[in-house]
Amino acid sequence: MAQKESILDRPLNELERRLLNDFQEGFPLTSRPFRTIAERVGCTEDEAMYTLQQLQSHQLISRVGPVFRPNRVGASTLAAMEVPVERLQAVADIINRYGEVNHNYEREHRLNLWFVVTAANREMLESVLHEIEQITGLEVIDLPMIEDFHINLGFPLQWV
Amino acid sequence: MGMIGNASSLICDPLDRELVQAIQGGLPLVVNPYAAIAEQIGTSETEVIRRLERLLESGDIRRFGVVVRHRELGYRANAMVVWDVNDKRVSEIGRLIGCQPCVTLCYRRPRRPGRWRYNLFCMIHGRSREGVLNNLQALIRKCGLERIEHEVLFSRRRFKQCGARYVTEKESRDPIPSVNSLTAE
Repeated sequence: MAQKESILDRPLNELERRLLNDFQEGFPLTSRPFRTIAERVGCTEDEAMYTLQQLQSHQLISRVGPVFRPNRVGASTLAAMEVPVERLQAVADIINRYGEVNHNYEREHRLNLWFVVTAANREMLESVLHEIEQITGLEVIDLPMIEDFHINLGFPLQWV
Repeated sequence: MGMIGNASSLICDPLDRELVQAIQGGLPLVVNPYAAIAEQIGTSETEVIRRLERLLESGDIRRFGVVVRHRELGYRANAMVVWDVNDKRVSEIGRLIGCQPCVTLCYRRPRRPGRWRYNLFCMIHGRSREGVLNNLQALIRKCGLERIEHEVLFSRRRFKQCGARYVTEKESRDPIPSVNSLTAE
């Protein structure tokens, strides 16, 4: 598959690394957050903002913003399906059309399609799962979180 | 036990919900991002910042910052490890696994008898499959999990990854194909 030109074609510079690593939590809640960041990492406000824009447009970061505690803002679940291999792409495409679906992966298992569904409430979530079952004719296994054991402080990146 | 998706557990304040709506996809990367959000929902920048601080303090926002995309940063191996833990010990084991540095998520989920037997899930990201498996072996030794049945589900294709969108009742979604258009493929 052809790769488009990206920041990944060269080693990330020090500023990019620090922006990726040091602000996964505690992003400044100030009127001009990029100025606050710039003061901390020693660059200009424009550089901080532009570099984050670049990292985002090259898809190294998915967003700058909140990670919510599960089931406080809405309802979510992890769903699993056993999909015949020849239908996998088509079924994945159907599932991806739902705005409620934010992750969707093929995994090495008899249950080979795993996706996360998030909706305003449990009823809407169930209606999405039900609809997917109706459309695909395949069973969806609903595995909502019961207990969360991880304190999510971001992902420490190691540079090679 | 936590209540799952119970309406009483949701953030209810209307302006908080509007704020969540406006910000769930990420901040606009402009000089005054909170002012931009404030304008969108018809309030002041100070109010947006104050509410975000409160949501962080209450833990409703777990963290606020840069959300990286693992694959694009070279962490191409991503394993969901699922464990069949005695229900009496699942919280204890979950807390133990959840604080290991190589683990990025650790949740208890229900079993579905006859269809799914595992009740504890964790995620391990790494630069290679081998690296992930080495981390897993180290985790098993360190936490004494040798006798707990587990499976490792590496990801293959990623069909979608984006931030969670707590779609509201007002929002419509893309039309979905009919049963006929699917079976025709």
